[in-house]
Amino acid sequence: MSLKTEIRFRLNGRPVTVEVPVTMKTLFMLRDVLDLTGTKYACGEGECGACTIKLDGKTVNSCLMYAVDCDGREVVTIEGLKTEEALHPMQQAFVDHGAIQCGFCMPGMIVQADYLAENNPELSREEMCRGLEGNICRCTGYTKVLDAVTSVVKSGQ
Amino acid sequence: MDERVIALPVEKTTLIGKRIKKPDAPDKATGKTRFINDMVLPQMLIGKILHAGRPHAEIVSIDVSAAEKLPGVHGVLTGKDAAGLKFGFVRDNVALKNKVCCEHDEVAAVAAETEEIANQALGLIKVEYKDLPGIFSPEDGRKKDATQIHDDFPENKSLHFEFKHGDLAAADAASDLIVDNVFEVHHVTHCCMGTSCAIADFDNNGKLTIWSQTQYPYNYKMDLAPALGIHPGDIRVIQPPVGGAFGSKLDVYPYEPIAALLAKKAGRPVKVMYSREEEFKSAPTRQAAIIHMRTGCTKDGTLTFRSADVLLDNGAYTSWGPTIPVVMMRTTSGHYRIPVVDFNAQAIYTNNPYAGSMRGYGNVQTTFATAQQMDMLAEQLDMEPLEFHLKNAQKSGETTPQKAFLRECALDECLSTAAQACDYTNKHKQYSLAKGQEGRYKKGIGLASAIHNAGGAKIHKSDGCGTILKVDDYARATVITGASEIGQGIDAIINLIVSEELGVPLEHITIVNNDSDIAPWDVGVHASRTTFIAGNGARRAAVQARQQILNAAARISRMPAGDLDLRGGFVVQEQCGTKVIKLEKLLRQMHFQPEPELVMVTDYYEPNSQPEGADHTSDHSAAYAHAVHIAEVTVDTYTGEVKVDRVTSAQDVGRVLNRTGLEAQIEGGIAIGLGYALSEEMRLENGMLQNPRFRDYKVVTAPEMPALDLHFIESDCAEGPYGAKGASELPTIVIAPAIANAVYNATGIRFLKLPITPEKVSRAIWQKQQTASEN
Repeated sequence: MSLKTEIRFRLNGRPVTVEVPVTMKTLFMLRDVLDLTGTKYACGEGECGACTIKLDGKTVNSCLMYAVDCDGREVVTIEGLKTEEALHPMQQAFVDHGAIQCGFCMPGMIVQADYLAENNPELSREEMCRGLEGNICRCTGYTKVLDAVTSVVKSGQ
Repeated sequence: MDERVIALPVEKTTLIGKRIKKPDAPDKATGKTRFINDMVLPQMLIGKILHAGRPHAEIVSIDVSAAEKLPGVHGVLTGKDAAGLKFGFVRDNVALKNKVCCEHDEVAAVAAETEEIANQALGLIKVEYKDLPGIFSPEDGRKKDATQIHDDFPENKSLHFEFKHGDLAAADAASDLIVDNVFEVHHVTHCCMGTSCAIADFDNNGKLTIWSQTQYPYNYKMDLAPALGIHPGDIRVIQPPVGGAFGSKLDVYPYEPIAALLAKKAGRPVKVMYSREEEFKSAPTRQAAIIHMRTGCTKDGTLTFRSADVLLDNGAYTSWGPTIPVVMMRTTSGHYRIPVVDFNAQAIYTNNPYAGSMRGYGNVQTTFATAQQMDMLAEQLDMEPLEFHLKNAQKSGETTPQKAFLRECALDECLSTAAQACDYTNKHKQYSLAKGQEGRYKKGIGLASAIHNAGGAKIHKSDGCGTILKVDDYARATVITGASEIGQGIDAIINLIVSEELGVPLEHITIVNNDSDIAPWDVGVHASRTTFIAGNGARRAAVQARQQILNAAARISRMPAGDLDLRGGFVVQEQCGTKVIKLEKLLRQMHFQPEPELVMVTDYYEPNSQPEGADHTSDHSAAYAHAVHIAEVTVDTYTGEVKVDRVTSAQDVGRVLNRTGLEAQIEGGIAIGLGYALSEEMRLENGMLQNPRFRDYKVVTAPEMPALDLHFIESDCAEGPYGAKGASELPTIVIAPAIANAVYNATGIRFLKLPITPEKVSRAIWQKQQTASEN
């Protein structure tokens, strides 16, 4: 068995302490150790974006990042966007615009879309396309995804 | 006597054509949905497969003793554990092999407590191979001295299909113009975002439960059973949410029986899940083919015949891929009015990966050829392409040579609507004139159309779907349907239909469709059939329930049932809308009355169509539909890059049911077709996949999506639910030839071989320039 180490970080707003193998990637810590299966494995090489999470406010491919590097940092996953009362506006927009079909890529897509909208209130359709280029969806053809993101940007939420 | 209540006419509906949300979307948007890939069962083991990693070889010896001894390993399997358990379309496959016929062949499998241990165990298995000469193209496979891949299949011949109609020699002689080309369509793969996964568990009565991604749960049992040597009745299929399917889950693939065989050996549940690299190498492909097509016409532009000689790369085993000629011949014979047809297709075994079904099955390949030849003929006739298309377009009431009866045919309207929406004819002329001029960027516009079955496809004896509908004492409806949900949105369609007929809110309807022990028979999600077939089933069941409820309300209210309606959770007077009784109150009264009655109805809907039959002449679908795409492209003549700027689509959808879901299907279908046309390609070298990763296999991402202008033609299909037809494959079928025709319009170069990559385009442009300068 691999050498293990204990790390502490904030996950979706709550402090966590967890022991992880030093070779484990963040994606598998989230899925297999912390049971947060919203973040998906789809390629494991940073090419598809299904495992996108926020780390200190910036999006990363959790499949490329060692879990130990979460130590002392702020991690937000798809499960952390929703409040007790309601879906996050980006999640609601994806639902309302029919941007979700099989939905497998959507956790990563929504986290990335939220990051883009949060950091650029003037986000254009072209910037959206470029910002979502690393998130592969095989179902939707992206059109409704872009419509959903546009609606959030326009509403200023 | 109870009165008969008929289904709501479309004029009286309130939701048809509106935007309905997918009921599973909130859970999918929040990461709450547990896909099969996310599932963990108590005591579950991880199964891993040892793939051969070579295309053709004998297995001289295999030693698993070290793997078996590794702590944490609970079972190791090799070819001897599956000996004789043949499965597949022609029973040419086994779960674990004694001989290697393609790169991903499954040589051994282990079940262990963790993935790490399973991988370690695979590394301890020693296999000695003796490599054999391989066959990597169907042309090589049919050579006289070619190595025979399977003992049971001489000359490497797999399936053969033919269809002849009319006198080809006479039609040939009567043609003023004939185009004759060889088209090559390549291997691509589905790239489902959720990789292939199965979880299997046996109970102590010998019954298997398999959690599966299948999109055809009932025939799946029949196909899986021989791979395990058990009775299909002893298999329960549970379908958790899946990360895409697109046809790839329409057959049994070896990892599924392997999960079951490991579960049996270990006595514990076993999960097998592919890595992305395994997915690229081991999941089915779209069928690759070489299509020699000829189309003739007279000088006034009337089509005289079409012939196609198709050679299919069967790959190592026979799944659904080599059966695509069943659809290919329908397109060859039914795409425009073709009086004489000659179709011939032969599949040849090779040591390449093998194809399954993929969205647009067979039609994608053939329409790439037919739609380009329509464009070629128009040019050679010096006729406006639109005029040529319209002249040969079938009309309602016509029958194709294979006896497909086009009850409601809207090809004319699709052509005219699309052409008008984007000013096709003017742009086509203008770009054609500009193509010889200087300049780096060339614009082009291309039109293509396609026909596809849109009311199921009776390739089995049945094309039916069962539905059970119950309405409980709180007026909540549960629809237990055979139809599978793989992301396409049948859940929203059924909710819409039942809500419409029973006047209950969408959110008061629950669909149960994920357990073969509960839900009734269905043929599966394929052939653009589910909205049509399961939608009709849901409607018929809902109408029965509506009738029963209104009859009960009539007895209680002493008003004629025909004067009553169900709206907003109430029984109301049909004319004035006055409330008669709250629906849930009525249902409780029905339960509690002296002669209690339960609202629980069943329906079995079998579409009005005939089985395909051995001679391939039958009206095999209850509806047919056309789609027209017009692609506008910019070709960078320096880099060879083709950018699709805009796609105008006009499709006969019969009737729009869920507008959002329909648009979503068409947009997604276009994206898959776009990748097929321009960038996706499984690069095989001697049977070995060179690009098993997204970095090297380019699927369409957001920046490549063109602007889309979608038009829906509502031909009001008499047999369809509220007039609707199936819709989801046509957009994938028709986009590639539209792009090829647009690239021709821009550059004057025909691309008969897919994909149309920058490398091919820039090379062709360079060659054209060389030829021009030499002359």
